[in-house]
Amino acid sequence: MMSVETEIRFSLNGRPVSLKVPATMKTLAMLRDRLGMTGTKYACGEGECGACTIEIDGKTVNSCLMYAVDCDGREVVTIEGLRTPEGLHPVQQAFVDHGAVQCGFCMPGMIMQSRNLLANNPELTREQAQRGLEGNLCRCTGYTKVLDAVDAVAATNTCGGRANP
Amino acid sequence: MEKTANATPTAKQTLIGTRVKKPDAPDKATGKTRYINDMVLPQMLIGKVLFAGRPHAKIVRIDTSAAEQLPGVHAVLTGKDATGLKFGFVRDNVALKDKVRCEHDEIAAVAAESEDIARQAVALIEVEYEDLPGVFTPEDGAREDAPLIHDNFPGNKSLAFDFQHGDVAAAEAASDFVVDNVFRPHHVTHCCMGTSCAIADFDHNGKLTIWTQTQYPYNYKMDLAPALGLHPGDIRVIQPPIGGAFGSKLDVYPYEPIAALLARKTGRPVKVIYSREEEFKASPTRQPAIIHMRTGCTRDGTLTFRSADVLLDNGAYTSWGPTIPVIMMRTVSGHYRVPAVDFKAQAIYTNNPYAGSFRGYGNVQCTYATAQQMDMLADMVDMDPLAFHLKNSQKSGEITPQKSFLRECALVECLETAAQASDYSRKRKEYAAQQDAPGRYKKGIGLASSIHNAGGAKIHKSDGIGTILKMDDYARVTVITGASEIGQGIDAVITLIVSEELGVPLEHVTLVNNDSDIAPWDVGVHASRTTFIAGNGTRRAARKAKAQILAAAEKVLGEPAETLELRGGSVVRDQCGTPIIKLDRLLRQMHFQAEPELVMVTDYYEPKSEPEGAQHMSDHSAAYSHAVHIAEITVDTLTGEIKVDKVTVAQDVGRIINRMGLEGQVEGGLAIGLGYALSENMLLDHGLLKNASFRDYKLITAPEMPPLDLHFIESDCAEGPYGAKGISELPTIVIAPAIANALYNATGVRIFNPPMSPETVARAIHERRMQTAPGKATTPSEALAV
Ligand code: FES
Ligand code: FES
Repeated sequence: MMSVETEIRFSLNGRPVSLKVPATMKTLAMLRDRLGMTGTKYACGEGECGACTIEIDGKTVNSCLMYAVDCDGREVVTIEGLRTPEGLHPVQQAFVDHGAVQCGFCMPGMIMQSRNLLANNPELTREQAQRGLEGNLCRCTGYTKVLDAVDAVAATNTCGGRANP
Repeated sequence: MEKTANATPTAKQTLIGTRVKKPDAPDKATGKTRYINDMVLPQMLIGKVLFAGRPHAKIVRIDTSAAEQLPGVHAVLTGKDATGLKFGFVRDNVALKDKVRCEHDEIAAVAAESEDIARQAVALIEVEYEDLPGVFTPEDGAREDAPLIHDNFPGNKSLAFDFQHGDVAAAEAASDFVVDNVFRPHHVTHCCMGTSCAIADFDHNGKLTIWTQTQYPYNYKMDLAPALGLHPGDIRVIQPPIGGAFGSKLDVYPYEPIAALLARKTGRPVKVIYSREEEFKASPTRQPAIIHMRTGCTRDGTLTFRSADVLLDNGAYTSWGPTIPVIMMRTVSGHYRVPAVDFKAQAIYTNNPYAGSFRGYGNVQCTYATAQQMDMLADMVDMDPLAFHLKNSQKSGEITPQKSFLRECALVECLETAAQASDYSRKRKEYAAQQDAPGRYKKGIGLASSIHNAGGAKIHKSDGIGTILKMDDYARVTVITGASEIGQGIDAVITLIVSEELGVPLEHVTLVNNDSDIAPWDVGVHASRTTFIAGNGTRRAARKAKAQILAAAEKVLGEPAETLELRGGSVVRDQCGTPIIKLDRLLRQMHFQAEPELVMVTDYYEPKSEPEGAQHMSDHSAAYSHAVHIAEITVDTLTGEIKVDKVTVAQDVGRIINRMGLEGQVEGGLAIGLGYALSENMLLDHGLLKNASFRDYKLITAPEMPPLDLHFIESDCAEGPYGAKGISELPTIVIAPAIANALYNATGVRIFNPPMSPETVARAIHERRMQTAPGKATTPSEALAV
């Protein structure tokens, strides 16, 4: 049984990519299994945990729900794309500095979502951050240090705009 | 002879109690960390399991021929490939079954070239079952005519435990008040964000390498070996980074030997990884129980006795889960001064999923009962619960009936600190007075406390750890230790201690702790032991290295070793801090001198605790600790929804080592306890899980996390590293009964069958209104009107 493959082209973390994917393949599987981008995590596959969060054209999506073919022609940013030549992105650095990372498995999604919230609202309050991160589950941290990290970035307004302009 | 590279004196500074970052955090925050779930090996096959999907059945026929013929399939295994390879706590489990005893029983397994092919192959396996009547509660399992789940366990009886102290009957007769309740702590599961995963590979000498999530690498070999008919010495355990454990990785679960059996059969590495649905159905749970507890006191508020009769729902197989009475009984007998104790526990096989160990290890369930009964008795004797707790609190130096020696006991301080910080007594009175006043939303405040081992638990002959510490010619330190990193932050603690002792920068310390062929013995991450045990091991090893270095410095510099110290990467004069020689330079000199010397020390640290023993009368932990939680809540009496507004925590931590890691453990542990208290619940219908997704099984999310007011009491534990005690389980243990007591304060209702979900709470409030004021303001619409 050969499934039909479609050729797609998109920008991944600022670099052009083209590949053939089956119509049924999800973006998460494409990133992890086809492109070796394992930073984005699978933890539920049903849009319920946020571990697979990536940005498409400036909006966060659960990559486990989105079909890979729908990436065609779009700008895709994953956790690997946040790092700047100078080092960690300010949001990543804040998570490290505030002890927000324990097992770290939820963190790629948590950081992608946090960065997006901060970019869209530089004056993000703690309550807004809590609501904005409702879809990102973490079993280790109790979210407190995650919110501390987000607060710290909001206070210094160091997040910047689009993830990969 | 001054060899001063940098003449600025280095003042004595301590890192103990500071905030140190987790060394692995940058890689985790950037997606660089390669978790076991991400790993791919050359030639690797994917293993998939066929689960029974029914709770109790005979396997009449199994036909794997279609699956075997599917292109890309390399092996199909069934029960006959694992015959006789029993493993588990009482050797009642096997990787692939010849009879079904619970929903997730592993019936067959496939190794194929891709996940898709493996999945298709599993679907092609034909099994004919003959369903058997099942038992789904321990009461049913204990009935004389109950279907037998394992032929060799008559009466469906699994483990049993008991402990008696004093004369309970006499104490009861002397009691003015006795509370008597049945609590039914429920099934919950760990929900590690990284799903279960193992990769197995055999070499041609018959040695198995297994990449696993275990938090218990050395005993893991012993536990895994019989499932494969291997010698434990022929197993190499590698522990890549994992997405959480929380106790779930203490047991060997069948998918691990399945990966190994498939690897042996195919001669290729095989990876088994669960989907979230499989994870919900086939990973461990917290041990459910039925706890019949009775506690008495005299009119003046002195505790007289506690008795607990515990029936454990063992599930289909015996894991670490039903061993929790070992910890439960320490709380029943030793939390507060209890003169007479009667504790009995019996685990009964059922056709439900089976438990593993889970952070809090029985004490979550037990404290839900003890802490509510303390609150009830205080109410009966008309005392402020704070005063009631204080009256019965132990002090340093007391020994419990089970011989737990409370060397440094800060229970009183924890109680007073938390009560004062939260203004507990005033608020409690005020809210109680408002209980029956009109209004939909009620405020409540509740206090709970518990005790837990805080220096390991000697359930094996050893509770020790091996440490190897070596320094290279650049003065970089490598610590090779048995202590596993599962996200909890032992990496930061070990780094901090080495830096403290050897005066090297934190970044110059590397940890090797994930390969059983390299790292020495340890008893695993459990029993709140790792900071305590590995912290001591690391400190001792570092001090040995330091003594060696300073002795060498004496030879080179001609200054007495006692006057020298290691600070800022140099040997300094202790008094003034003046650096004399750079450490790397000295190390090179040691290497190149006529009689070369290598700085590479080993240490075996064994805590001064006593083996648990069958009588349960031993000082089984090197330290004990207490925590008090005070929860402030708002209850919507219409919907039954509980909003936790704030939690005040006072915990005896002995001494803070890494403040950031400590806070993180308390916050995260408490969040797990909150989920247990409020929303998490595995809905089992005749042994079948009905809510195997995050949509229907509700973890605590960011908006539900209340502000925490953390108070760390430093009791300075003599045996602990720098005075520290183990800390990570108490936060999970104490929160649920604090909320339950707050719920009582707010509404006058008690929930004996957690979680305190909106439906359960609303029903209890409704029933109470029916009883207290029949026919008045009892319907939801009327409640809304007031
Ligand atoms: S893996 Fe996509 S939301 Fe959970
Ligand atoms: S850090 Fe472990 S799940 Fe969030």
